[in-house]
Parts: sequence; C-alpha cells; structure tokens
Amino acid sequence: MIQMNVKKAVQEAPTRTKLKVENLGFYYDNFQALHDINLELAENRVTAFIGASGCGKSTLLRTFNRIYSLYPEQRATGQILLDGENILDKKQDINRLRAKVGIVFQKPTPFPMSIFDNVAYGVRLYEKLPRGILEERVEEALRKAALWDEVKDILKQSGTQLSGGQQQRLCIARALAVEPDVLLLDEPTSALDPISTLRIEELIDDLKERLTILIVTHNMQQAARISDDTVFMHQGRVVEKAPTNILFTNPENKQTEDYITGRYG
Amino acid sequence: MTDEYKLHISKRFNRDLVALVNQLLQMGGLVEQQLKIATDALLNSDTELAKEAKVLEDKVDEFDVMLGESCTHMLVLRQPAASDLRMTLAINKCVSDLERIGDEANKIASMAITLAAEEESTDGYVEVRHISQQVMSMLHDVLNAFTRQDVSMALAVKSRDEQVDMEYRSAMRTLITFMMEEPRKISRVLNIIWVLRALERIGDHACNIAEQVVYMVEGSDIRHATKEEIKALFNQLSDTDIKPE
Repeated sequence: MIQMNVKKAVQEAPTRTKLKVENLGFYYDNFQALHDINLELAENRVTAFIGASGCGKSTLLRTFNRIYSLYPEQRATGQILLDGENILDKKQDINRLRAKVGIVFQKPTPFPMSIFDNVAYGVRLYEKLPRGILEERVEEALRKAALWDEVKDILKQSGTQLSGGQQQRLCIARALAVEPDVLLLDEPTSALDPISTLRIEELIDDLKERLTILIVTHNMQQAARISDDTVFMHQGRVVEKAPTNILFTNPENKQTEDYITGRYG
Repeated sequence: MTDEYKLHISKRFNRDLVALVNQLLQMGGLVEQQLKIATDALLNSDTELAKEAKVLEDKVDEFDVMLGESCTHMLVLRQPAASDLRMTLAINKCVSDLERIGDEANKIASMAITLAAEEESTDGYVEVRHISQQVMSMLHDVLNAFTRQDVSMALAVKSRDEQVDMEYRSAMRTLITFMMEEPRKISRVLNIIWVLRALERIGDHACNIAEQVVYMVEGSDIRHATKEEIKALFNQLSDTDIKPE
C-alpha cells in the first residue's frame, strides 16, 4: 500500500516501554524548570532531546538517574517508571539506579587514574570480581566503546593523556562496564572533532541493540542522523515527540517547525 | 505557510530560498511563453514565430541547470529541514517537469515548421486549439498555486487533467477518421497527432507540479493516491475543489 501521508506513516513495531514519565515537574529551589512532562520511551531505541538552551532537556535527562539528588535544593515531582518501578520513590536505592542508568557528560571526565582503573572503577563499586573476570569486563567495555584497539597496549597510562574523542569513549566504556540498561548522553560530542563525533555516533548505533539510549544534543543534524525518536522541548515542556524522520520532514507543531528550520520563534 | 519561508533567523538563508522560488517562477513564466508561442505558430502556420519558440528552449535549459545547482547548494550548505526541505525537494522536481514541458513545446514548434511547409489544411487544428488552451491554463494555474502555496488550487489543476485526457482520446478518434477517409493526408494528420500527444504530456507534467505543491505545503505524497484517498486526505477542502469525473 502506498504511503500517502507521512504524518500517518506507520511506526515501526512498538517495542516495550522502558521509561515512562508521568506528570514530571522539576524545581531548582523555587524555579520550576520542567512542567508536567509525560513521555513513554521505548526499549532499544535512541531518543534525542532537542530544544533551545534552557528548555529543560538536560534537566530532564538528569532526572533519569537522579543525579540532581546531589543538590538538596533541587527536587522532582511526579513519577518516572523504569521497567515499571518509580525511580523517584524515596525508597529507591540510588546506587542501584545509577548502575542501571549510566550517564556521559558533554565534557569528557576521565578520572586521574589509569585507563584500566577508569573503566574498572564503577565495576568495583558494585561488584567484587576476581582479577581475571574484571579484566575481561574492562576489555569488553572498551571493545563496546570502540576504544580497545587504540588503548589495549597502554592500559596503565593515565586516562587524561588520551585525546578528547578517546576520553569521551573512555567515559562511555566506564558507563558500559557496569552493564546498564539505559545510557544517558548529555551533548556527548559537542566538544569533539567531526571524526571523533562520527565514531561516537557509530557507537551509539551499535549500542542500541543492547541499551536504551537518551541523548541531548544541540546539533539537529546529529539528532536526525542517530535517533529513532525525537522529543522537542520548549520552556520546560514537551512540545512534540515523533519518529525522527517524521519530525524532521513534517512536524505537526508550528513551534517545532520554527525551531528545526531556524525561524523566529 | 505563505511567505513563512522568508522568516529565518539567517537572512542569507531567506535570500537563498527566495531566490530559489523566484528562479523557478521565472522558469515557469518562460515555459508558459514558449508553449504559447509554439502553439500560435502552429495554428497560424507562422515559421518565424516557431523559430522564436525554439530559441526560448535554450533559455529554459539554462534555468534547468541553474536551478539544479541552486537546489544542490541549498541541500549541502543549508541542510534544510521540514517545510524548507520539502520546498527544496519540490522545486527540484518541478524544475524537471518544467524542462520537459519546454521540450514538448519545442516539439510543437518543430511540427509547426514542418506543417507550415506543407499544403494548407486545418484538419485537427480545432482539437489542437482546444486542448492547448486547456493545458496552458493548467500550467498557468499550477504556477499560481505554487506561488500562493494553495493546495486546493493545485488539486483543482490535477482534477482537470482527466478532462484533457478525455478530449485527447476523442481527438484521436476524429483524426483516425480523417486518415481513413483520406489516406493521402495520413502523414500530415500524424504530425497533428504528435502535437496532441505533446499537449497531453504537458497536462501530465502540470499535474506532477500540482502534486509537488501538495507535498510542499502538506507533506503528503499523493502521486499514486486514488481520488478517494485524496478526498479523504483533504476532507476539509470543499467538494468543489475536487471535481468529479
């Protein structure tokens, strides 16, 4: 049957919902940064969050592993269900949550220790593994992060000596080593050159077979290239969520259209 | 979304898009002129006029090349999204259709020269005049629909093509009768048939442009949709916009 209207294009077979956000609000002290967010994010898909600076996309990303809990004046209301379990619940074990939901930031953040220890660090926090198994785990994580071939002979060197792109892949390896279900990427390539960026994008594509990936990016071409779904946010609210190819060719919302085409909003 | 494409933050983007649209409309105007001259030349057995139409062909080809380049530049340098992307893609396709209309007009001009050199006879000219008027108005209206980004106007053009096809078939029957009645006229009547065929093709190209207008404005691909599907898709448009067969 011929596809007449891209707006009605059949979506790919629905996968299981990994994360369900219900009536989420977020406050920095008295300032409300997120308003009534409702979203369902499917498993094994890449979801990109786009929007102007200050629209709340990074704030939203950071609620998924409660990294904001470090700051007492920040709080979230509503629910975020990870595999049906509300991660905002006070009873939620934060360490266990962060092992399930890894995060990689905009600027590479290697620890001042060897490449091996950087990757092993998280694993040691959660599990007590014999040396041999730990080594296997580190190698596997570095392989998944497409960094193994470049560092296999220099594992004892400091992680901070690597190039920016390598450092970022090291951080991804560190997140992967604890075998998370969800990977949060907060502008992971904005400090990288185009080749390193492409490597990370390739990596994201490989990783989604095993993981659910959420990525915040300012680069709309990047969002278009790597994501399956795209969420457009504006002033702390979700304006539109759609399969990426539809959002970038025929968005439903005028605000989305204005943003992605670079018009006065 | 009329004129919305002029509201980008980047003024250069605005300028580039406006230039692209203007170039397409200029090309459309040129093709309209070429078709009018070629048909007049044929109907009035005016060889000099036919030669003018053939001169215009080169200009149309220049526009074809220039717009192809402009579209490529737009895609590479601006990476347009959403309506801007659809507009660029639509223009790229419309350019091909306009160029083909130019080719068909050129064929008509060639026929005009051939026919003018032969004996006087106006068999089939009534049909040519009639169908040419219809496709010229289709071309004119579809270019207007493009300029105004008017979907109902574009759909109306598309529905008029059926009428043209019907009259083309009916003209064919008349011309075949002429040939059977007077076999010595066969070669001349065949030339008229080529002209009618060219006009009928021009109607099809005008339709293609109409479909691109719909794609550009609504994001819907109606190229292979049935009339019912189109109607269902645009049920907000009044029935008069989509005329029944």
